[in-house]
Amino acid sequence: MSAAQDTDPGTLAVPAAVRPRRRFRLSSRAVSWLQVTPLAIILIAFFALPTFTFLLVSFYDYDRIGIYPDFLLDSYEEVLTSAMTLRVYVSSLKFAFMVWGITLLLGFFIAYFLIFHVRTRAMRTILFLACAIPFWTSGIIRTIAWIPFLGRNGAFNQGLMAVNLTDKPLDFLLFSPFAVTITYIHLFTLLMIGPIANSMAKIDPALLEAARDAGASRWRTMVDVVVPLSKTGIALGSILVFTQVMGDFFVVKAMSGGQSASIVSALATEIQAMQYPPAAASAVLLVLFVACMVAGMMRVVDVRRELVR
Amino acid sequence: MSATRTRDPRERRPWTFYALATLMVLFLAFLYGPMLVIYLLSFQGPDGGVTFPMVGVSTWWFAEIWKPGQMANIPVSFQRSIALATVVCVITTVVAVAAGLGFRRRFPGSGMLFYLAVASLVMPSLLVGFGIGLAFQLFGWKTDLFTSALAAQLTWTLPFGLFAMFAVFNRFPRAYEEAATDLGASAWQRLRWITVPILLPGILGVALGAFTLSYDEYARTTLVAGSRNTLPLEIYALLSSSTSPTLFAIGTLTTAISFLVIGTTLVFILRVQRRRAGRA
Repeated sequence: MSAAQDTDPGTLAVPAAVRPRRRFRLSSRAVSWLQVTPLAIILIAFFALPTFTFLLVSFYDYDRIGIYPDFLLDSYEEVLTSAMTLRVYVSSLKFAFMVWGITLLLGFFIAYFLIFHVRTRAMRTILFLACAIPFWTSGIIRTIAWIPFLGRNGAFNQGLMAVNLTDKPLDFLLFSPFAVTITYIHLFTLLMIGPIANSMAKIDPALLEAARDAGASRWRTMVDVVVPLSKTGIALGSILVFTQVMGDFFVVKAMSGGQSASIVSALATEIQAMQYPPAAASAVLLVLFVACMVAGMMRVVDVRRELVR
Repeated sequence: MSATRTRDPRERRPWTFYALATLMVLFLAFLYGPMLVIYLLSFQGPDGGVTFPMVGVSTWWFAEIWKPGQMANIPVSFQRSIALATVVCVITTVVAVAAGLGFRRRFPGSGMLFYLAVASLVMPSLLVGFGIGLAFQLFGWKTDLFTSALAAQLTWTLPFGLFAMFAVFNRFPRAYEEAATDLGASAWQRLRWITVPILLPGILGVALGAFTLSYDEYARTTLVAGSRNTLPLEIYALLSSSTSPTLFAIGTLTTAISFLVIGTTLVFILRVQRRRAGRA
């Protein structure tokens, strides 16, 4: 943040007389403000205000025809006392923690491989792109791609039977919590690999050599040097994966075969029934919940200082 | 990925290398395997179904997309998706690059804006659309593609673009800018001839990300697209009704488009970098 900037007077080696046309200069702070204004306007108008809107509507009264300004806590009472709420939270949290654990392990070791084992830059770029490219294609298509693969007559079962591992097709593969978990891992592991690899790439290789020279085993080096130095990436990846799973409703809907519901799929049902105030109340609840989890993870590391340098 | 190894390349690889290399290969197989299955199945013969075995090979199911009937909305929603993604891509690139420049110094309110962007990124997607939809309803406006849906997608692509710009600026050599200033470049000249050209590969990356995220976006758009659906929304609508390989054919096509966009951008980035390396 401190180095030279367009209007920083400290670096201005050119005397003012050389450029007589400029009558005034904006302060560096004003330039920064101008540069971030479009972002601020868009985020406030399209994100902060809509969030405020459903906070407002969660206190409204409603009937089958419309919603009416009011200040009622009925919607909250309804959401907080319904057995459904607890059920979907438990179900979503179960998925979130399972997927978080698996993607963390996978993401960490793949990032470790990419940064510390792959020796040429070209190979590293190719492998990283191979991981990243599916992320740039449709999540819906990647989700339904599992259906012909995992189904009763799917490619996986046919393969298993062809090599005589089972004599009848496995049923639990598709439209089950298993299918949901697999799909999440498929969709979100990159969200771990990216930030963790970014953190690891900043680690000075000399540190690892120093650890090795001082007699640390490969395992100790990883646990005591690499993990602490990549904790920003770990935290950032965890936040992304966790919130993606908590906010999902498509994968659960498509892959669980109706066996599981997620917080947001329950919410979507309420929205479709035009029950906006209760839907808004559960939205507020979910936002608070996610915000607390994220704040907790951000507490561990100063993500901002690591990112903006 | 800037770390350079000084290790002797003939040094023997430890066993962990082989273990992790196996993990990498398995992961890539896991990533691409299911997708390959649907690409294959989309070339199923006219009598084939949604699973193996293949009953002949044909492009029958691709032709089915353009026949009037069930799939009638696919081509037009595809055009809409491309148009919307282009607009999102342009806005995101300009706004994210400008904000990235602004964030290089601390300014009053920078912390607030940073956390607003984080919040916008981690907000459950459907809720963004829900909020925008409710606001439109309260104001009595009609939701539409280039108003509410555009707004909803920007809350997703902009934070991504901003964080990508942070990563780009982390590797940006400040000395070139200082040199330009010392040589008498104005702020605008320096941006035009120094900063943007050096950052070009990163900026293209942001543009690519914004385009593909918008082109595939579903959860934020679904409640606010109005009466004109984008391609992901159409595909979602087909999921429950269609049980033919046409769905896979659509999947193969849309993935092919994505690959085309990704490939073109990557080739372009590579050429920029190679030309630069050649000059240096």
